[in-house]
Amino acid sequence: MTVAISRQAPSACPACVAAPSAEAIAARAEALKDTRIALSLPTIHCSACISAVESALNAYPGVKDARVNLTLKRANVDAEMSVDPSDLVGLLEGIGYEAHELDVATIQSTATDKAGRDLLMRLAVAGFASMNVMLLSVSVWAGAADATRDMFHWISAAITLPAIGFSGQPFFRNAWKALSAGRLNMDVPITLAILLAVVMSVWETALSGHHAYFDAALTLTFFLLAGRYLDHRTRAVARSAAEELAALEVPRAIRLTDGAEETVAAADLRIGDMVLVRPGSRCPVDGEIVTGTSELDRSLLTGETVPVAAAPGQAISAGEVNLTGPLTIRATAVGQDTSLHRMADLVAIAESGRSRYTSLADRAAKLYAPGVHILSALSFVGWFIYSQDLRTSLNIAAAVLIITCPCALGLAVPAVTTAASGRLFRKGMLIKHETALERLATVDTVVFDKTGTLTEGTPVLSNLGDHSTADLEIALALAEGSSHPLSRAITTAARAAGIKPAQITDITERPGQGTKAKWQGQTVRLGRNDWIGAEAGDVTSAWLRVGSNAPVQFRFADDLRAGAAETITALKAAGKRVMLLSGDSETPVADLAHRLGITEYEANCLPQTKLATIESLSASGAHVLMVGDGLNDTAALAAADVSISPATALDAARVASDIVLLGRDLSPVADSLVTARKATNRIKENFRIATAYNVIAVPFAIIGLATPLIAALAMSSSSIIVSLNALRLR
Amino acid sequence: MQVLTMLIPISLILGGLGLVGFVYTLRSSQYEDPDGDSQRILSDQWDDHPKP
Repeated sequence: MTVAISRQAPSACPACVAAPSAEAIAARAEALKDTRIALSLPTIHCSACISAVESALNAYPGVKDARVNLTLKRANVDAEMSVDPSDLVGLLEGIGYEAHELDVATIQSTATDKAGRDLLMRLAVAGFASMNVMLLSVSVWAGAADATRDMFHWISAAITLPAIGFSGQPFFRNAWKALSAGRLNMDVPITLAILLAVVMSVWETALSGHHAYFDAALTLTFFLLAGRYLDHRTRAVARSAAEELAALEVPRAIRLTDGAEETVAAADLRIGDMVLVRPGSRCPVDGEIVTGTSELDRSLLTGETVPVAAAPGQAISAGEVNLTGPLTIRATAVGQDTSLHRMADLVAIAESGRSRYTSLADRAAKLYAPGVHILSALSFVGWFIYSQDLRTSLNIAAAVLIITCPCALGLAVPAVTTAASGRLFRKGMLIKHETALERLATVDTVVFDKTGTLTEGTPVLSNLGDHSTADLEIALALAEGSSHPLSRAITTAARAAGIKPAQITDITERPGQGTKAKWQGQTVRLGRNDWIGAEAGDVTSAWLRVGSNAPVQFRFADDLRAGAAETITALKAAGKRVMLLSGDSETPVADLAHRLGITEYEANCLPQTKLATIESLSASGAHVLMVGDGLNDTAALAAADVSISPATALDAARVASDIVLLGRDLSPVADSLVTARKATNRIKENFRIATAYNVIAVPFAIIGLATPLIAALAMSSSSIIVSLNALRLR
Repeated sequence: MQVLTMLIPISLILGGLGLVGFVYTLRSSQYEDPDGDSQRILSDQWDDHPKP
């Protein structure tokens, strides 16, 4: 994070001028290295966009190289230290492209997908080797005999041994890990089949036998690696999109040193630092307000929608959003010690829903692995008793293992999850966890958070009709003088109703209180209840007072998120139990529950209450889906069987959940339950296909009729059938 | 059967060349941006001379 500090041009930073040593350090850092800037460009889509963005960026002084990645909708810029990312954002917005700066440190982990490349390399080696070996095998099947056949087998062995040694490593490693932990997984029979096939084939070749399974071993590795790669790819796409969401919040703060402003990385703040929090931005530290009055939005932390007044001497927590006036804060806790992080620790305490779940593939492996091993051992023993011939018996045992090898089983799950995740991704859902879909399919209870999940978190005026036109005209005039969310809501509603603002003079805004002006010689005020002299209500409200008349109340409701009503209706129609748990007060929660037709709701929930409710639901046998966005939801999100959070949620909440909703619309939630159920059915269907194939093929292997040709045909056809079945999901 | 002494090495070398080519493209990050690459081909920006 030193990058952010040293990127400051010395001349543009008064603090550095005041401290010459700092200036020297900055200059040295500037001479040493360039900086990397990453920009998110959500609207680019064609070659014209690429060249427009690239030529604009490359023409900017100080930019060394800029390249657009259309797949990730991102631009990577190599620039000199003096280039300010916000200037580049401005430059691109000037030519008509929406741009956001990304935190380079956060996206770096996915910039080069090492594991994916590694798998792709192994897949390629297995693919090329199997093509060559298959070429030789076809000649053997076509009738090559004696010395020719032996030579072909030896060449095959020379290709297969190193290729398997390299490509098969992921399976060998996983199998070893499972065995040394005393468990069985799908990789154990895979490893055994591959190794036994190779060893038997080398032995057969040495004795100039007729059958060698080199091609089977290689194609098996190839198909299984393809399954692994699909699986990895699906999750890598979701992960990089999720990380981009996190990277959009560049953790910077404004530090005040002797009255001079300095932009620093939030991680570099120390206890006792003075931090300036501008209206509209999130507080980076826990602290005490030194100067300034304002209002704070705590909805992400507690779910409360009513803004809280803030004045000097008051405590402020990291994560609260400053609404009206600038605040100077003395930091009392920074980084990992802030209440934001302490609350995230609750997540660690909650027993995670995903660790309780055993995936379908693992359950299948538990049945399957011992089954094939016993079958193979029995056929070996049977044949040895019958023929007293070790070589034949081992050959049969190997054939049984190869024929039953879970090639189709290895593809059964990843092919379906890839298709289903792709489908949901196009609808705006990111599936982050590998078993999320399977867990989603079992859900029977859906728990929602209110603020920011079912509602947008932005207020709308709810009682416009109760006011006289004169009051509305004055309120509109006053509201236009402020950028407070409630003022903006009044402006929007009044303008939409065709109200014209009244003529007012001497308009002044008192941060944290309201707006005051003169109207026809009278003082008119719009603002908080205690400033106006009205009684506090439990609904978000602003008050208007004309002269000494009685105060008039403007009530606000939280705007419903798009698709919220449809989602609740669809979930109830599908027979799910729907609950609402909110940290907000009784009236707004009851009001919202009534509007959406939710009968079970609870208000004033603490994070612990939400967690306890989820846990007691799980204990009573329910499978719970939790949908939430706030810090007070994180523990509940982690404890639920499966969890969804919107893209606007706090980072901690997005990390705790399995699925992230990218758009503003909530309706994909109901769809995802249907898709998940379909996907799980498809997976089970695939298992059934694979089992049916084994039931037919295994007897041939046991009575010794399986040849390498039959094995190759059976294996490929079952893999293709399973993949095609998965594609039906689209 | 003399032809085999030619054909087998040739098939192995051709397969090997394919693999080497793939490894080269993978190492030089040519699979990072498939969407962008399919669009860049339509741009006439570097038609006259390659990008310096």
